[in-house]
Amino acid sequence: MPKITYNTHDNETYTIEVQNGLTVMEGAVQNDIPGIDADCGGGMACATCHVYVKEDWFNKLPKKEDGEEDMLDMAFEPKPYSRLSCQIIVSDDLDGLEVNIPSKQA
Amino acid sequence: MNKTDALIIGAGPTGLFTAHQLKLIGLNCEIIDNLDKIGGQCIELYPDKPIYDIPAVPECTGEELTNNLLNQLKPFDIKFHLNERVDEVKKENDNWLVKTSGGNSFKTPNVIIAGGVGSFEPRKFSPKECEKFENKSLFYSVKNKSVFKGKTVSIFGGGDSALDWAIELSKDSNVNLIHRRDEFRGARATVNKMYELKKAGKINLFTKYQMSNVHGNEKIESIDIKHDNSEIQNLKSDYVLGFFGLIMQLGPIANWGLNLNKKTIEVDTEKFETNQKGIYAVGDICNYPGKLKLILSGFHEGALAARACFKLARPNEKYRFEFTTTSTNLLKRLGKKE
Ligand SMILES: Cc1cc2nc3c(=O)[nH]c(=O)nc-3n(C[C@H](O)[C@H](O)[C@H](O)COP(=O)(O)OP(=O)(O)OC[C@H]3O[C@@H](n4cnc5c(N)ncnc54)[C@H](O)[C@@H]3O)c2cc1C
Ligand code: FES
Repeated sequence: MPKITYNTHDNETYTIEVQNGLTVMEGAVQNDIPGIDADCGGGMACATCHVYVKEDWFNKLPKKEDGEEDMLDMAFEPKPYSRLSCQIIVSDDLDGLEVNIPSKQA
Repeated sequence: MNKTDALIIGAGPTGLFTAHQLKLIGLNCEIIDNLDKIGGQCIELYPDKPIYDIPAVPECTGEELTNNLLNQLKPFDIKFHLNERVDEVKKENDNWLVKTSGGNSFKTPNVIIAGGVGSFEPRKFSPKECEKFENKSLFYSVKNKSVFKGKTVSIFGGGDSALDWAIELSKDSNVNLIHRRDEFRGARATVNKMYELKKAGKINLFTKYQMSNVHGNEKIESIDIKHDNSEIQNLKSDYVLGFFGLIMQLGPIANWGLNLNKKTIEVDTEKFETNQKGIYAVGDICNYPGKLKLILSGFHEGALAARACFKLARPNEKYRFEFTTTSTNLLKRLGKKE
């Protein structure tokens, strides 16, 4: 299974195996990783699953779909490498992906 | 002081159907919601998206679902209190005393929390310094536009609210419009109008900038905005407006002495009662083994909570189970029989 690394805002690092087909958001929520709220359950309607993708990974991810950028407008402190973790689907290609969790979701 | 048999917090689909069930069994109720409109997530987050799993409704949008639920409430007289947040729920003898942000208070034996993931509140600026100016010279909605006349107003956001206000205020104020990227998600025509005003020098546009700091003592004097490339600009500003949409926050519900599990309230599955007698939780906000955050589950939960309310509201009467098709009582309440 692909391994995904989540770095929390207070410098805790969690590296976990996430099943193919789940989203990066689901990987965090199912493993009780703090800092990803995912209030809308992956519906791209809340922007509380916001993460900063490690720079070298950003361009390797499948592109944002329509609407994700609009939702990111509402995220807390969006930056150039911001993504909604519920829109990143885990696959073997993403083995080793690293994301940073913002200080707050709202 | 308003008195009612049951008070519903939240006008989402669950709160609406729960009201139907209460009225049907002969109890009166009132509904409070922090939003300015009825419908909860369905209307705020996805009014145009079709839903396919409402029993016996093969397809309907969030807005259609809300309208249908309201239609179903037509036979009944139900008071809605919108734009008000429930801030306080306190015990007083056998009743609950409920206070709202709008200054209303209610006395009721039954409080039904149908609060979803919490009340919808505006998303705020991230710099801490912004807080002290809130509702004085920094706002997340416009109540009285005349205060901006002849002033410099910095507006943040990329959606219709930000664009509409930038266009409107550019008539009598000096307007800065600031957005974190080049594209705007507002309606085409609105975006074009804004660019025209920019060309005409009526709107100063700053894209790829975000709020970085505010300066001033009693009032805002200027703000710092930061570009993606870290460059900072200082803009003189009398007022600041932020339009970043709404977010659901559990808010005051956390302070009412209820058993919470993350952002949900633990209930039993017989009455959907919380650890406090006479306070129920239904819909997305409740939690029990096997809970599904689906609209259809909220309907079932509301129906049972309504029956539980009967006992406390009418202690000397016995609740009788009846069908709407055949019960004269129910048909009268529905206005189908004299
Ligand atoms: C994008 C998306 C798609 C979805 N699709 C489906 C689907 O296909 N099928 C399905 O069954 N479900 C779907 N859902 C889930 C469904 O919308 C929710 O289950 C449903 O809205 C829950 O209803 P509710 O009445 O419990 O809460 P909500 O709809 O969240 O309403 C709660 C209301 O309570 C108010 N409130 C909270 N606290 C307070 C307070 N203190 N004072 C005053 N008011 C307060 C809030 O402002 C809000 O209006 C979807 C959700 C999303 C986000
Ligand atoms: S979980 Fe709500 S947008 Fe990702």
